[in-house]
Amino acid sequence: MLNRIKALIIKELLAVWRDKKSRVLLVLPPMLMLVIFSYAVTLEVKNVTIGILNQDRGPYSRELLRRVQGSPTFPQIIFLKNPQEAQHLIDSEKALLIMHLQSDFSERIAGGKMADVQVILDGRRMNSAQIVQGYITQIVTHFNRDVVNRTLKQVNTEDTLAARNWFNPNLEYVWFTVPSLVGVLCLTITLNVTSLSVARERELGTFDQLLVSPLLPFEILIGKTAPAMIIGLLEGTLMILAGIFLFKVSFWGSMPSLYIGMFFFLMSITGIGLFISSLAKTQQQALLGSFLFSNPAIILSGYATPIENMPDWLQPVTLINPLRYFLVIVKGCFLKAIPENVIWDNTWPLIIIGVSTLTGAGWFFRRRLG
Amino acid sequence: MSLFKPLRRLKGLVFKECLQIVRDPSSILIAFVLPCLLMFLFGYGVSLDTANVRLGVAVERQTPETDQILRAFEGSRYFEVTTAHDRRTLEPALMAGHLRGIVVLPTDFSKISLTGMGRRTPLQTIADGSEPNTASFVQNYVQATWSTWLARRNLTQSTPPQTKQMPGQAQVVPKVWFNQQLISRYTLLPGAIPIIVTLVGTLLTTLVVAREWDRGTMEALISTPVSIGEILLGKFIPYFVLGMGTLYFCTLVSCLWYEVPFRGSLFALTTASALYMLNALGIGLFISSATKNQFAAAQASLFVAFLPAFLLSGYLYEISSMPKWVQHITLIFPVRYFVSSLRTIFLAGDVWGVLLPACAKMLAIAALLYLLIATKTAKRLD
Repeated sequence: MLNRIKALIIKELLAVWRDKKSRVLLVLPPMLMLVIFSYAVTLEVKNVTIGILNQDRGPYSRELLRRVQGSPTFPQIIFLKNPQEAQHLIDSEKALLIMHLQSDFSERIAGGKMADVQVILDGRRMNSAQIVQGYITQIVTHFNRDVVNRTLKQVNTEDTLAARNWFNPNLEYVWFTVPSLVGVLCLTITLNVTSLSVARERELGTFDQLLVSPLLPFEILIGKTAPAMIIGLLEGTLMILAGIFLFKVSFWGSMPSLYIGMFFFLMSITGIGLFISSLAKTQQQALLGSFLFSNPAIILSGYATPIENMPDWLQPVTLINPLRYFLVIVKGCFLKAIPENVIWDNTWPLIIIGVSTLTGAGWFFRRRLG
Repeated sequence: MSLFKPLRRLKGLVFKECLQIVRDPSSILIAFVLPCLLMFLFGYGVSLDTANVRLGVAVERQTPETDQILRAFEGSRYFEVTTAHDRRTLEPALMAGHLRGIVVLPTDFSKISLTGMGRRTPLQTIADGSEPNTASFVQNYVQATWSTWLARRNLTQSTPPQTKQMPGQAQVVPKVWFNQQLISRYTLLPGAIPIIVTLVGTLLTTLVVAREWDRGTMEALISTPVSIGEILLGKFIPYFVLGMGTLYFCTLVSCLWYEVPFRGSLFALTTASALYMLNALGIGLFISSATKNQFAAAQASLFVAFLPAFLLSGYLYEISSMPKWVQHITLIFPVRYFVSSLRTIFLAGDVWGVLLPACAKMLAIAALLYLLIATKTAKRLD
């Protein structure tokens, strides 16, 4: 029996490996993705162009603008001459934000009144615009503090927080994306491989040959599950190595726990893949099915945007999403050295999902075969 | 008569393709079910409106001042606050990801903040850096709360003779154009539509053409008198119509269900979208005739069309923040221009200063693409 399963596993692996195009597609794109997208995916805001319209000639506006110009976030500043230009600059997306100081700015500050710093933001890129607004607010706050202290001849009170970021002291976005992408790419590849495995044989007619062979249904099932998991584990390993050596993401956790988590994650994914595969009549349907699963799984995993931001009624849906748990494990092992109990908290749901999808797929499989 | 013959052949091909769409449940799935599902996911699942951030506040000794600070956090709509007397009880929760940040108000908080001045800030924050975006939000928010509290304290503490020479304060007055209500969905949904259109345009065409190769029906088609151009056009027309249909459907859902404003014109929408569809279909046709295998074609279209539409288009991630070499890569993906066009059409209106260059670039890329297809596809069986 073991021999038969082994033969089937070898056959499956060869089927994927012998086809030159699938071979290339299995290795190259994920690595390319990892490299390009790790750098691309960032919610930070850098290198933005802003516009400044200063109608004030006093010393205070000059001082404030000097501070803005000194900020590394704004390498490019466009100085405007009149408010009409502002409209054009924002409309044409040449500037993300425009800072407007009216002619009485310095006068009001000197006179002890509130002076407005009008900030016009491009709502089409709202998130970035708001982040940039935050930077400007910070500059203005420091400006205010220094002006007050200078006038009152006070010592500079420190009002900056003792802020620390655990696990990722400099808040480098790559440290977040690389471990997450390990999960995301493992999911897409493994799912595609499994969901196609049965559908392709069915479409080509070789599935019938498999059926008339002495293999038992559960042997076929194992023979289809194992290769996908082997491929997934290899891809995962490749990406973890790239994360550690290429991207230099720190790895604090324990490798064995990560692999245990990955094993059950891949098990749940192959279960879902086989389920799709046994439902699908053609390769096209299988691919679509896997797409219909992977998309919600990625979006509702906390990778794109945090789960906390979703509406309350949608958040419970994420509980059946295997990627959600694996992301905690993989990020935890890379960045946090999460303790065993946290790993376990995120592993048992994976085991439940994996066992139920695999039994579901097995049941379906047998019905289809019978 | 001979002039009408190609037209009749084309009609036949288009008709065949339409039947194939209608009769294949998977085409229906892509063209109708998938857009609905994705509109739902992108509408509710993706949001940059920070909410429900779980924050731990460790109050080591309760005083009126710590109560003020605590109230400021509890009153915020962004946080769900857990309090404790010792930060050590909160740290494991931060480790497990149950908290995104901890604010520590130490035993001497009131003493330092009221009298001591000094250089040391009594307030301490620890944020979960494994979620960089949330972490910087937490840091900024705590900083702002602290600065406000400090400014208020300074005002109440300053002695009367000093108030005379007290300078004024500059205050930031933000004005968000095109999206005054600050709803992130308004900017995200118009950016998500290109992803959905890409799926219908690229994935569906890729699969359909690759399937003909896989099953050998392409050889049957080649052996008929139709030319390769007619075969491609016969594929192009129905999927173009289908893609535009999806686009109008998504636009309607965005405007009616999600209440995203639509300030541009239908003409601008149609022009930009038609140009983008040209690209999406072109990529699909190119991939499928280059791979001729469904698995490879699907993988390739995922990596060349879908993921770039999601990650390199400026939909969620600001292009100007990417490294220069990634920015150069985004230039060759037409989806980037489509995202910026759609956002402008939805939120700002017909700003031709943005739309014309975008359309011109999409047209140029499409021209290159079709040139490539023309050289690559010949009526050959190998």
